[in-house]
Amino acid sequence: MTCRSVLRPAMVCMYWCVAALCLSQAGFSQWKADPSQSATSLGQSSLIQPAELAKSLEAAKDKPLVLNVGPRMLYVQAHIPGAEYIGPGSDAEGLKQLHARVNSLPHSKLIVLYCGCCPWSHCPNVAPAFTELQKMGFTNVKVLYIAENLGTDWVYKGYPTDRGSK
Amino acid sequence: MTGRRTLILVLLALFVVAGMFLWKNPVSVARKSAGTTGLDAPEFALKTLDGSRLTLSEYRGKVILLDFWATWCSPCQEEIPRFVEWQGKYGNQGFQVIGISMDDNPKPVQGFVQDFRMRYPVAMGTQEMASQFGGILGLPVNLVIGRDGKIKAKHLGMYDLNQLEQEIKTQLDSQ
Repeated sequence: MTCRSVLRPAMVCMYWCVAALCLSQAGFSQWKADPSQSATSLGQSSLIQPAELAKSLEAAKDKPLVLNVGPRMLYVQAHIPGAEYIGPGSDAEGLKQLHARVNSLPHSKLIVLYCGCCPWSHCPNVAPAFTELQKMGFTNVKVLYIAENLGTDWVYKGYPTDRGSK
Repeated sequence: MTGRRTLILVLLALFVVAGMFLWKNPVSVARKSAGTTGLDAPEFALKTLDGSRLTLSEYRGKVILLDFWATWCSPCQEEIPRFVEWQGKYGNQGFQVIGISMDDNPKPVQGFVQDFRMRYPVAMGTQEMASQFGGILGLPVNLVIGRDGKIKAKHLGMYDLNQLEQEIKTQLDSQ
């Protein structure tokens, strides 16, 4: 048995193993969120904390326009009173809806975006929606900082909550 | 008399400290009240992705990990390979994972299930079903259901998977 006769099958085997590994990773990678669209890319100055938003919603006038840019299923389960459902900021249709909703508003209007689908560092929705509003020229846009999810950081903290869809 | 006064002062101090702790950490209290732990897991009937009927009662007597997830949820993507592994590892001990997709659109779910080789029942969740389980107010949500059909644990958000595996093993070991 020559050295070559042993090495050749081993090389072929290794090739197929590497190919199989690459294919399996390719399958997973299509589901991975784009890290550049993570909520962590938003600066501190563009954030609003839950307590601050809850207080501003109590005010008689100059209430912000609150827009939910997350999944509908979660919005129906619980949402901030008065918040309008737009659609996920991570998909083109959601951004189109966002564009249509705010198009006629003055660019100085205070708009608060929120999602709360999952931990802040994993949220794929708020950053693209924020960028879209910035591109449109809105100068007073805030994103609600939700560290874990809407349940933990809003509902279970006792802030006002509505259910159902609009 | 002095001893009694000291005891009262200590109790008072403990009361104040406990009050301050709860004031600073309202979530931990709220989380408990929002949970459904200890209650019977509500029955549901859903359709799996291949169209067959899925009910919770058909798995009665098994330890169930009920996983609410979605294709866009990246923490779910981290968890699901472990759940697939556990299904293989503990399946013959009476363990069953059930996946409930909370995607708005069922279209991407089938592809995700194939890519992640989710060899356990997966169904599309409904608003009604989510509400029965205390509301799904973020993802992931995992529930451990015991052989007696009671909810043993409910975890909202990212949770230590080694701890979750331990909780499952504890249930598998109990009769």
